[in-house]
Amino acid sequence: MASEAVYTHRDPMLKKRDDFEDILEERRNSSDLRYALRCYIPVLYKELTPCKASELKSMVLQSDQLRYVINQVCKETGMAADEVQAEAAAILEEMAHRLQLSTIRFFAFTLSKVFKTLFRSICVNEEGIQRLQQAIHEHPVVLLPSHRSYMDFLLMSYILYTYDLALPVIAAGMDFMAMKFVGEMLRMSGAFFIRRSFGGDKLYWAVFSEYVKTMLKNGFAPVEFFLEGTRSRTCKSLTPKLGLLNIVMDPFLKGEVFDVSLVPVSISYERILEEALYARELLGVPKPKESTSGLFKARKVLSEDYGSIHVYFGQPVSVRSLAQNRVDRCQFNLIPRHIPRKPGEDIHSFVNDSAYRLVRAQEENMVLKPWVLLASLLLQNHHQMQVAEQKQEMALDELTEQAVWLRDLSRQYGAFLHWPDHVSPSEAVSSSLSLHRGLVRISEGRVQLAFEQGGQTRPGEPCSTVTPEEELLNQAVIILSCASYRNQALHIFLRPALLASAIHTASSSNKQEVYNSFSFLRNMFSNEFILCPGATVQDFEEACYLLVKTGALQINQQEFVVTERGHRTLGFLTRMLDPFLQGYQVVCRFLCEDATEGLTEKQFVPAVRKFIIRHILTGRLRYTEVLSSDLQKNSLAALLRLGAVQKLKGGEEQGTLKVNKVMVNSLEDTLGGKLPTQKAVVARL
Amino acid sequence: CGRQPGSIVGVHVHCYPNLCPYLFFFHRQEIMKWNGWGYSDSRFFFNKKGQAEFTGRRYRLSGLIIPGLKDWFESTFGASLQHKTPATVSPILNSSAVQPPTLNEAFVEELKSTGIPLSHDAEDRVFRAHGHCLHEIFALREGKFGRVPDMVVWPNCHNDVVKIVELACKHNVCLIPYGGGTSVSSALECPPEETRSIVSLDTSQMNRILWIDEKNLTAHVEAGIVGQDLERLLNESGYCTGHEPDSMEFSSLGGWVATRASGMKKNVYGNIEDLVVHVKMVTPQGVIEKSCQGPRMSTGPDVHHFIMGSEGTLGVVTEVTMKIRPMPEYQKYGSVVFPNFEQGVACLREVARQRCAPASIRLMDNEQFKFGHALKPQVSSIFTSFLDGLKKFYITKFKGFDPNRLCVATLLFEGDREKVLQHEKQVYDIAAKFGGLAAGEDNGQRGYMLTFVIAYLRDLGMDYYVIGESFETSVPWDRVLDICRNVKARIIRECKDKGVQFSPLSTCRVTQTYDAGACVYFYFAFNYRGLSDPVHVYEQVEHAAREEILANGGSLSHHHGVGKLRKEWMRDTISKVGMGMLKSVKDYVDPNNIFGNRNLL
Repeated sequence: MASEAVYTHRDPMLKKRDDFEDILEERRNSSDLRYALRCYIPVLYKELTPCKASELKSMVLQSDQLRYVINQVCKETGMAADEVQAEAAAILEEMAHRLQLSTIRFFAFTLSKVFKTLFRSICVNEEGIQRLQQAIHEHPVVLLPSHRSYMDFLLMSYILYTYDLALPVIAAGMDFMAMKFVGEMLRMSGAFFIRRSFGGDKLYWAVFSEYVKTMLKNGFAPVEFFLEGTRSRTCKSLTPKLGLLNIVMDPFLKGEVFDVSLVPVSISYERILEEALYARELLGVPKPKESTSGLFKARKVLSEDYGSIHVYFGQPVSVRSLAQNRVDRCQFNLIPRHIPRKPGEDIHSFVNDSAYRLVRAQEENMVLKPWVLLASLLLQNHHQMQVAEQKQEMALDELTEQAVWLRDLSRQYGAFLHWPDHVSPSEAVSSSLSLHRGLVRISEGRVQLAFEQGGQTRPGEPCSTVTPEEELLNQAVIILSCASYRNQALHIFLRPALLASAIHTASSSNKQEVYNSFSFLRNMFSNEFILCPGATVQDFEEACYLLVKTGALQINQQEFVVTERGHRTLGFLTRMLDPFLQGYQVVCRFLCEDATEGLTEKQFVPAVRKFIIRHILTGRLRYTEVLSSDLQKNSLAALLRLGAVQKLKGGEEQGTLKVNKVMVNSLEDTLGGKLPTQKAVVARL
Repeated sequence: CGRQPGSIVGVHVHCYPNLCPYLFFFHRQEIMKWNGWGYSDSRFFFNKKGQAEFTGRRYRLSGLIIPGLKDWFESTFGASLQHKTPATVSPILNSSAVQPPTLNEAFVEELKSTGIPLSHDAEDRVFRAHGHCLHEIFALREGKFGRVPDMVVWPNCHNDVVKIVELACKHNVCLIPYGGGTSVSSALECPPEETRSIVSLDTSQMNRILWIDEKNLTAHVEAGIVGQDLERLLNESGYCTGHEPDSMEFSSLGGWVATRASGMKKNVYGNIEDLVVHVKMVTPQGVIEKSCQGPRMSTGPDVHHFIMGSEGTLGVVTEVTMKIRPMPEYQKYGSVVFPNFEQGVACLREVARQRCAPASIRLMDNEQFKFGHALKPQVSSIFTSFLDGLKKFYITKFKGFDPNRLCVATLLFEGDREKVLQHEKQVYDIAAKFGGLAAGEDNGQRGYMLTFVIAYLRDLGMDYYVIGESFETSVPWDRVLDICRNVKARIIRECKDKGVQFSPLSTCRVTQTYDAGACVYFYFAFNYRGLSDPVHVYEQVEHAAREEILANGGSLSHHHGVGKLRKEWMRDTISKVGMGMLKSVKDYVDPNNIFGNRNLL
């Protein structure tokens, strides 16, 4: 632990960020039609040999890599070569985009209309655009936007068109393609479709990876995909998926291009279109299958004020510099490069680390609105009042005071906070609340969460015709919606919060003890939050640095001392993490007490949900947000990772969960602070 | 040692001056520069009108004005004729700056009694203390001398060498064999940590052809002979070896063997390992040689391969039996212009696939094409240049070739007339399939000229803040384009990162084709105005470029060797076990490290 003492912290407040320009402003003042039809001459990759989308396909089909795999498949299956070839062509046909400018122009026109009604502004950092333009000229570029909404990729293409940048080709999930008309429109605006899972399908993988690589290497267009793999329903960043990142890094590792630029893009929505949809989905109302009419309906229903969008194009990250002193590229010297090989351990961990770095880069440039802080405070207050069995509301003045305190704290932690400094804090708070009037209600100077039934219900007390369970779920929709906003600020507070909780649960304030506890929690939550693998020490030091810098904590001879004013900070931080701590404990308890023999992974979420509802209704658990299936799945993943639960493979028991009750029990107790974090446990974890 | 500078076409392009008798070679510095490349009388300079001129009478370019060079030089490097950096010491070496020799008196006494010539004159010692790496020449121009040999000996024959090595072993003296001095791997640098007396063993007096065997087509030659002499003497009997490394004006047979040299015309004659039939080497353990001259043997690992590439760490090569060939009846140059480098490489690959490579085939990238253009001497006839203009028009406009992308391959065919013409047609037909356009013999010939003047040009650059170097690798065919692109880009990137103020020249060419790959040469030079330690920057960039080469599947060296410059990568290159094998040979052959130049291992 001491070995990393050289780790130097840059004061997060010194982070320099670009200014934003609102691109809708011009749209409100000039013709959308002229804009859609204007001359579009993007800067292209300097080594680009222009080629049409159709030529691209034949390049892919004739590539050495694909020919090799086709040959392999023939040998394995006994199929004729032209049959397999035809299959490959069909896969490609299904997958390939048909990017054409006219469709983009169509979207430029219609989206201008749509955006102007939905959003107050779409703000883009123009310096980032300039950096991107430079990057596109120099090297093949990969765009990596955060993924919070369906809007994301249309929005990206819209912005790139606006700034005369090369239009990207976008990896999209196959479910979009099911939407007949929209699917084709998206295809013509640059989307290419990939199946959600194609595990062992060698041919599919070969076509897919070669298609992406061919576009990338030739600089045909920037390749865009979502590192998180899917839209985050919780607004927390998701653990990155490595498949596509592996593919786009490969040409560099094999020397086929000099470098690849990865550009993280942070898209922050003040209000997310899918807000309530996500909450329902997390609560087990199944996600509606993407259908064209559904999308239109959604748009109609939601045609109200969604505030503003901030799109921040981050600093391009060079794969070459990421790989410097990390990857020995000589390992590709001894086998022809077109023969597909599973990436070795070192490559895997390199790609994984890079993925985390990129997601953190996305997080770092996410713009936070005051509402994010308000939601955090309101949720905490709601819970505290609930525990105290008081009315779950808060005086507006008090909320404002706390918000100002939290504003200053989050700025010290380096948050990219857009707080309107030109108006008084109370005005800033009021206007934020009014934008989210679906979630909060203000009456007589008091603020509370906007539960449909009004007033508060005590668990167990039936209320009119609605069953307690329905009532609970209705409340949970509001709570989870609020939580999704609070979650946007999690990455700011996460490390200090882990430290605060560690201090809280550790058996003493000895630095080593606290570190052990920190390390345990961090390990426990590494499926829940973005925590780079192997960076425990850095994270710990960072957390210490922030808490010490802000005067909340002192370190005297290896002892942590919480200062007078530190109690407020640490209290806030522990409360931030508390729902997760409780949630994980409940899941553990479920597995020990309630899980039936032969429980499968599929049955897990419904079963644990039932268990939790029961607990909440009987008052044994206060946190409604534990109902989030995201949290439940993450905790299961963590337990699987730690070996406390095993997933059986093969045979009739496929997917059955085998619970090591002793271990799960001890994890639960450790989480609850009942058991000290033993060194041995930490080491084993 | 074959670095590319030097006369390429030794025999064919430049007319030899009345060659100095061998005696002169005792003190080579009398006809050669001691702090630059080549002959003292041959150098580039900018005359009063600002036009480049090449002095002397030795080369085709000698005495001619090269009008395009100044513009190319200034625009490529951002250099200016106003900003000069002449060598800081006079052309005459200042002996007092050289460390006094550390002599092993007993050794010197015994050696004197053998009658073998020796010297501890400062000039003789400094001249043999270096090869032609940039940092070596740069230091000399600044009058800086590090550790230099303490003494020079000139054995006259194999037996002299045996005596010297015996005495060196007896008195624990460090021996460093010296052939032509064209090393570009720091192989000749004296290890600074060496405390023993260092003796430079100059093989230049062992320069006779001992016999020619016309029945077997072999010649037995003393290893100190210099390439151009060997060819000239063989030519007198109607033969040649065909081994023409670009350094052949100055490099020696023993040096070729010790570094695994490669010749321009290896496609017809083979590289040194293909040409050698028998080698005699004197080692501390005695003389190693095979008992017969059979053309191939299955007698365990070929001991010749311990000798070839040993870089002076095991002993001194004294005599070599080499294959010879009747002189070719007919030679023809040629050139092909391709729309871009990719097409050019594809064409070379196809030529290799069909195994129909001419004696030499080289592909230059666009930068080198332009460089070649800049080196055109002034022509007296308006008519010629008019035709040139037409040709340029035809290539750049008519065929739609982009002058900033096109590249040129130069060709040399050799053999009997009929076959040469047939061969030529075959190659041009292949080229046509890749968009190649025949561009005439003159362009081809001039292309080869570029090779031997480039080393002289480096000295010119060094007068104006420009330093540079070339280095080579070999790489499988499928990697050729990638390695060219990536290494060139890496050089540019590194220069920028290291604070070089001007964009560097970063260019390459494919110089040899093989069944399974090619040899690629990189040239790299930059204007160092504004840098406090240009050589250090240069070395960092070269180091990075080598790392890039290795990361892209290139070899550590195709024919320059390892020396001390590339030692750090040897273990990764040949594996730990491989290193152990080489070390154990060294330990057996030379347990006391008499051959202590510390190359390779």
